[in-house]
Amino acid sequence: MAQFSAEKLNKVNEIIARYPTGKQKSALIPVLHIAQEEFGGWLSAETMDYVASLLKIEPIEVYEVATFYSMYNLKPVGKYVFEVCQTGPCMLNGSDEIIEYIKNKLGIKVGETTADGLFTLKTVECLGACGYAPMMQLGKHYREHLTKEKIDAIITECERNAVTNN
Amino acid sequence: MGRKLLLEKAHVPGIRSYDVYRREGGYRSVEKALKTMSPDQVTEEVKKSGLRGRGGAGFPAGMKWSFLAKPEGVPRYLVCNADESEPGTFKDRYLMEFIPHLLVEGLIVASYALGSNRTFIYIRGEYAWIVDILEQAIAEAKNNGWLGKNILGSGFDCEIYVQRGAGAYICGEETALIESLEGKRGNPRIKPPFPAVKGLWDCPTVVNNVETIAAVVPILNITGEEYAKIGVGKSTGTKLISACGNINKPGVFEIDMTISVEEFIYSEEYCGGIANGKRLKACIPGGSSVPILPANLLLKTAKGEARMMNYESLSDGGFATGTMMGSGGFIVLDEDQCVVRHTLTLARFYRHESCGQCSPCREGTGWMEKILKNIEYGKGKKSDIDLLWDIQRKIEGNTICPLGDAAAWPVAAAIRHFRDEFEWHVQYPNAAQNRNYGLAHYADPLPVAAAPKA
Ligand SMILES: Cc1cc2nc3c(=O)[nH]c(=O)nc-3n(C[C@H](O)[C@H](O)[C@H](O)COP(=O)(O)O)c2cc1C
Ligand code: SF4
Ligand code: FES
Repeated sequence: MAQFSAEKLNKVNEIIARYPTGKQKSALIPVLHIAQEEFGGWLSAETMDYVASLLKIEPIEVYEVATFYSMYNLKPVGKYVFEVCQTGPCMLNGSDEIIEYIKNKLGIKVGETTADGLFTLKTVECLGACGYAPMMQLGKHYREHLTKEKIDAIITECERNAVTNN
Repeated sequence: MGRKLLLEKAHVPGIRSYDVYRREGGYRSVEKALKTMSPDQVTEEVKKSGLRGRGGAGFPAGMKWSFLAKPEGVPRYLVCNADESEPGTFKDRYLMEFIPHLLVEGLIVASYALGSNRTFIYIRGEYAWIVDILEQAIAEAKNNGWLGKNILGSGFDCEIYVQRGAGAYICGEETALIESLEGKRGNPRIKPPFPAVKGLWDCPTVVNNVETIAAVVPILNITGEEYAKIGVGKSTGTKLISACGNINKPGVFEIDMTISVEEFIYSEEYCGGIANGKRLKACIPGGSSVPILPANLLLKTAKGEARMMNYESLSDGGFATGTMMGSGGFIVLDEDQCVVRHTLTLARFYRHESCGQCSPCREGTGWMEKILKNIEYGKGKKSDIDLLWDIQRKIEGNTICPLGDAAAWPVAAAIRHFRDEFEWHVQYPNAAQNRNYGLAHYADPLPVAAAPKA
C-alpha cells in the first residue's frame, strides 16, 4: 500500500504539533490535501484508511470529511483539471461561452476526462477572483481574464508539459 | 482622494518582504501594544475606533472582543476568517497577497489583546498559493522576534498557523469554520453557546475577518479616536470594496465611506463607469447574499437622497427599497444582463453550498434553483413566481445558520424589484431564449450628475 515519504510524514507531524495534545483530528483536512497530491490527484478508500490510521481516528471520520468538501476528488481525474467558475460575476463576463468553448475543444462534457487522461473539465462556484473574470483554477494557481485564445494557449502549454514530464 | 489606511503601502515595491515592510513603519503597532499597553487597553482602543466587523455582519469588533470569556486556566483562541467565498468578494485575497505582513501584524496585536497563544488563519483551500505567502511572512516575523516566546520581553507567547480549507462556502460561517478547524464537516453549530464562550475545542474563541484584523494596525498607530473620525456616523474608518461585473475597472478599492455610490461607480478613481459605454441596470453592492437593487434605487434612496457607500445609507429603506454593505462585494449588471439568469446562478450557488442540516435550507435552495431554471429556460408558469416568493419566505429565519437567509434574500429582492422581467420570461418563453429583457424602466434617471467620461 502507498505510504507517505519520510519528508511528508515529517510535514504531517509538524501539522499535528500545531494543535493541543489529543486534538490531532484537526490535521485531517490539511493531511487529506497532502494525500491527494501524493497519491495521484484523488482519494481512494485505501488512501483514506491510511490517513485515518495516521491520525488515529476511525475511517468513517475521514470519509465524512472527504465527501463534504468539494476540493477532494473521490475518483481519478485527468493530469490537468480545468475548474471553471460559473457563478454570477463570472457569468456576467462570459464564463458560459468559455465553458462551451472548452467542451468543444476537448470534446468532453463537464465532469468528464479526455480519453488520453490529460484533461478533466469541472465547473466550480465562485473562487474569489470575480474582478478578474472569467477565470479558472488549474492546479495551485488561477488563470484569469480568460479568452478563447488564452484557453488555446493553456491547452498547448499543458500538452507540452505533459510530454516533457514523462 | 479618500484616505488609505490598509492599502496605502500595498504597492511599495517589495512590501511583501519583511525588510521593506518594516522600513515602511511595519510592526510599530506591536511595539506600542506589547511595550506600553495592557491587553484591555488594546481592546479599549478598538472599541473607541468604532471598527465594525468586515466579514459581512458588521458587528462592532471591540465589543466582540470584550465578550470573550476568560475562565482561569483555559486557553483562548483567535481565529482569522480568510474563507472569503461570498460571490463578488475578493478583498481579503488582495490584502493577503499584496501586503501579508499587515495581517500578521494585526494578528499579533489582536492575539495579545485576547490572550491567544495559538492563533489560526483559516483560509479557503483554493487560495493555495496565498498559504505560501502567509507562511513566509509568519516565518519572517518569527525570525525577527515578533512571534514565539516572550515577545519583546513582554511575557506574551504567540504562534500563528495557517489552516487550509477544502472548498465549502459554509466554512465561512464562524461555527462551521470552527468545526472544520477541528477536522470535521462544516456543519454550523446551534447557538448559544456562542464561540466567545465555547468555540474551538470548546474553549472561548473570537473569529474575525481578515480586513477587521488588519484594521487593528492603523487603529493602534493613529489611535482609536482618530480612526473614528474617518467616515461617517457608525461607519468609521475605511472599507475595502471588491468591485466586479460590467465595469471598466474591476478591482479592490479602499474607500473612506463618505463617497456616494454614483461617484464610486462612475469616477475614474474607482470603477471608471459601466463597461463598453452601456448603461447601469442593477447592482448587488455587498456580496451575493444582499438584496439586488435597480439602478434608480441604488443611486438614490426612496427619499430621493444620494445613496452613500456606507453601512447606514446602503441599508436605508430596509429590504423594501434598500440593501446592505455586507462583505463589500460590489457586483454591477449592465443593461444587457438578465436578472433571472443572474439570480439562477446565485440560487445554484446556495443549493451547492447548503450543508444540508436543516430541511428548509436543504430542500428550499434546491426548489428555488429548479424553478428559476424553468423560468430561465422558457418552461416557467406564472404561478412559479409566487411559488418562488413563498419558498424564500419559508426559508428565511427558519434555519440553524444565516446561509438560509442568504439564499432567500437575493431571490426575494430579484422578484421584488424585477417582477416584470420574470413575468416576461414566463409570457414570452421563446423571446426569452433569444434575447434579454433589457434595461426596461430600471435605468438610472438620466442624466447622471457624474456621467461616465467618454
Ligand atoms: C454562510 C456564511 C458565510 C460566511 N462567510 C464568511 C467569510 O467567508 N469570511 C468572513 O470573514 N466572514 C464570513 N461570514 C461571517 C462569519 O460568520 C463571522 O461573522 C465573521 O467572520 C466575523 O468576523 P468580523 O466580525 O470580523 O466580521 C459568513 C457567514 C455566513 C452565515
Ligand atoms: S441554514 Fe443551510 S447551511 Fe445553515 S445549517 Fe441549515 S442547512 Fe446548513
Ligand atoms: S464569480 Fe467567478 S470567481 Fe467569483
